[in-house]
Amino acid sequence: MKMIKQYKWLTVALVIIAVLLVVNPPQGLSAIKFTMSNLKSVSMVLPPIFILIGLMDVWVPKETMVKFMGHKSGMMGAAIAIFIGAMGAGPLYVAFPVAALLHKKGARLAYIFLMLGAWTSVKLPIFMFEWASFGATFTLVHVTVSIVIYVIGSFVLETMLSTETKAMIRERAESA
Amino acid sequence: MIFNGVLYLVAGSLLLLSFFYDRKKTKKALKKAYKSLLKNLSMMVTMMALMGIMLTIIDADLISKIFGEQPGDLGILLGLGLGSVAFMPSFIAFPLGASLLDHGAGVPQVAGFISSMMGVGVLSYGAESEFFGKKAALLRNLLALVASIVFVIVIGGLV
Repeated sequence: MKMIKQYKWLTVALVIIAVLLVVNPPQGLSAIKFTMSNLKSVSMVLPPIFILIGLMDVWVPKETMVKFMGHKSGMMGAAIAIFIGAMGAGPLYVAFPVAALLHKKGARLAYIFLMLGAWTSVKLPIFMFEWASFGATFTLVHVTVSIVIYVIGSFVLETMLSTETKAMIRERAESA
Repeated sequence: MIFNGVLYLVAGSLLLLSFFYDRKKTKKALKKAYKSLLKNLSMMVTMMALMGIMLTIIDADLISKIFGEQPGDLGILLGLGLGSVAFMPSFIAFPLGASLLDHGAGVPQVAGFISSMMGVGVLSYGAESEFFGKKAALLRNLLALVASIVFVIVIGGLV
């Protein structure tokens, strides 16, 4: 069942590209070209990220993760979450497996959301590129607002989820 | 590019360190890395294909046209909406945003577009809810939208 579900969207995407190819060949080709260039650039960051996932899985004991990013880790947990997000590379969907592992190891859900928020807004190379494209004010305001909103919002979000939902998320992280 | 190098250096050094301390564990780590990669591969390839389709349909011309015609609050809403649906790497989105500004688009409009493009993922919602469930995925995206709206308001007050 999971298999079918996994490939359902890939099938949908491939069908759309096939339809584009028939209806509007230049668009179909362009979709293929963009997909391939995505594949190329994203696959560059996958080996180190997944090696880090593997290393973290075998070397970082649960107790350590709970101590650093668990419920009682306080400011340190938040800081580590932002750090991991900022160090991450690649699009948001690459962050999902990282998030699952952190949560499985005992990182608090609020810090998982914070890590995802940081992943989408404060990555160092993106920061420099953003600065070059839009200037200092734009970039600094963007980063500051994002961090403030994500720090507050992550905790709010955590409280909005029921115990059952949290248990379900934990379960999925365990099997990821 | 340089940053990718740093990432490789960190992962490589840690892998080497791990190898010296415990070969068995290192082998286990690599196995886990491989298994995890395989498990997520179809999801990631799907995202890449969806992005490819998206970039073809909502291309730079269309975005420029929409932005050119809609100043003001409607333009901000459009920017936020387009950014939430659009799904493009920053090396495409940033130059596009910069050229929109050059062609007279407002800073708040472009801010809404860029910020929601980075944080809100309508297209990756499916994948996200596989990991976190529908509700948490929805709330996480709404939070990113809130962050984008606040950014628009603050930058709008500043420029």
